[in-house]
Amino acid sequence: MSAARALVTSPDLSSGARHVWQRNFDVFRRIWRTESLGIGLEPWIVIVAMGFGLGRFVELDSEQTYIQFLAPGLLAMFPMFAAIFECGWGAFMRLETHRTYEAVLTTPASVDDLATGDILWGTTRATFNAMYILVVLLILAPWAEAITSPWAILLLPIALLQGFLFSALAMSFAALARAMSHFGYLFNVVVMPMFWLSGGFFPLENLPDWAQRVAWFMPLVHSVQLNRAVLAGDLHLGLLVDVAWLLVGGWVFYRIALALMRRRLVV
Amino acid sequence: MDRQAVVATQLTKRFGDNVAVDGVTFEVQDGEIFGLLGPNGAGKTTTIRMITCASPITAGHLVVSGHDVAEEPRLVKSRIGVVPQDENLDPDLPVRKNLEVYARYFDLPGDVIQRRVSEQLAFFELEAKAKDRVDTLSGGMRRRLLIARALIHEPDLLVLDEPTVGLDPQARHLVWDQLRRLREHGVTQLLTTHYMDEAAQLCDRIVVMNHGTILAEGTPRALVREHAGERVLELRLPSEERDALLAEANLPGLDLEAYGDVAYLFGDEVALALIATQLDDEFRSLFRPANLEDVFLRLTGRDLLE
Repeated sequence: MSAARALVTSPDLSSGARHVWQRNFDVFRRIWRTESLGIGLEPWIVIVAMGFGLGRFVELDSEQTYIQFLAPGLLAMFPMFAAIFECGWGAFMRLETHRTYEAVLTTPASVDDLATGDILWGTTRATFNAMYILVVLLILAPWAEAITSPWAILLLPIALLQGFLFSALAMSFAALARAMSHFGYLFNVVVMPMFWLSGGFFPLENLPDWAQRVAWFMPLVHSVQLNRAVLAGDLHLGLLVDVAWLLVGGWVFYRIALALMRRRLVV
Repeated sequence: MDRQAVVATQLTKRFGDNVAVDGVTFEVQDGEIFGLLGPNGAGKTTTIRMITCASPITAGHLVVSGHDVAEEPRLVKSRIGVVPQDENLDPDLPVRKNLEVYARYFDLPGDVIQRRVSEQLAFFELEAKAKDRVDTLSGGMRRRLLIARALIHEPDLLVLDEPTVGLDPQARHLVWDQLRRLREHGVTQLLTTHYMDEAAQLCDRIVVMNHGTILAEGTPRALVREHAGERVLELRLPSEERDALLAEANLPGLDLEAYGDVAYLFGDEVALALIATQLDDEFRSLFRPANLEDVFLRLTGRDLLE
């Protein structure tokens, strides 16, 4: 009942949300060198293996190279992982293992500040990640041109939108999880099906009709479609549906995350 | 004029059918160290959680540092410092940065933060550790860092939940010493403890809680005199032997509290001295001054056996 009310009342926000974001940014600045070695290597490997390796065997109807087909997917998938990791496992660590959420709540910051700051940080991490992959693709452009339109600049707002949505989704899950092992559900039931089936690796049109209809309910499908359109410079009104999907989905998951975090932390 | 750091009136907390705090009324005066004593499950931590706005009150009225916790939690939280029972330092940040990041949540200006952090590190003798990871600190150092963190915004009231639990004797004494120095600086403190020596060392005033209610309130000395008298006779005898001894002595007006083969006798000092002389065995009896532990056991003891 109170959780349902918490979905519609306006969030209780203050400067605390910014300080929560800032704390995460401070930690990131301390550790980014060691962390980025692992995270930074991955797009290179995937682009070389899938784009150059596997891509030689792939023939597309659209006469695109496979790397051109793959790039929009990578620009959505890896940022999704970044957001899910930060606001899923990361948030759960701060909530349950290190109990730093409890410490923050002894300051004037509210639960809404806390969840919002972390979700915005997850959004930031996801956006950094997308920009990094974009840079990798630009560096590899002489060998495989993946970006053919200046509209690619719109990748940035798309990354923000989907980063917010996946961060809020993961935060909702963190507020429900009782043990680290529960994240297996998030990963295997939510994240991995989206990863394989959202049209990043193969055209969704190759799937039967019913599967395409199911896929419509996966948020990653919409960010992949948006990325695909802006990279090719193929803008049309139909894309507004995808934008609306991410906006509404992001807002709904955000409100769910706040409500569940309040339920978890205020007892 | 005295001001109250905490005014709790008929304060109540229910979790479903379970009443954790059952209509308690007490005040914490500015400048004092006030102790909440009681066994585990007495409602101490729940009371603390309501005072620190971590847990909403079910009924009653609670004003902390002049603000109603239900109406203005942000204002209350900006005026109190909280030392939790379980350490919750940020393991991703070194010692100094832990304090800086925490201070930022109070919207303090950068130069004030830097000055206060340096002051706290000096006061709690943690300067040498400023750049270290928090997980390399000893238990005592971490506890001091938690107290330093709670003081970073110069709160009106410092709330400590079991401030020395799990510390070795040296570390406990260092923490006690620092808490007493803080009182000299005028820092009001509210602490929970189930260590009676801690309450006796630190507290100006105490309430004893059990099952969510207050059983007694007063200064440590007054509580001891009222509930345990001046001296207590401790007997370590098998119960049959003890009963025989007491029947033979036949001294009316003595109170007995027994826990297994240890019994505490309260009452007229002359009568107690008489029994002690009869036994004349330092292993089997101890005639000693009464302390808070005796008060605690008399007020809450029977439940400890449950």
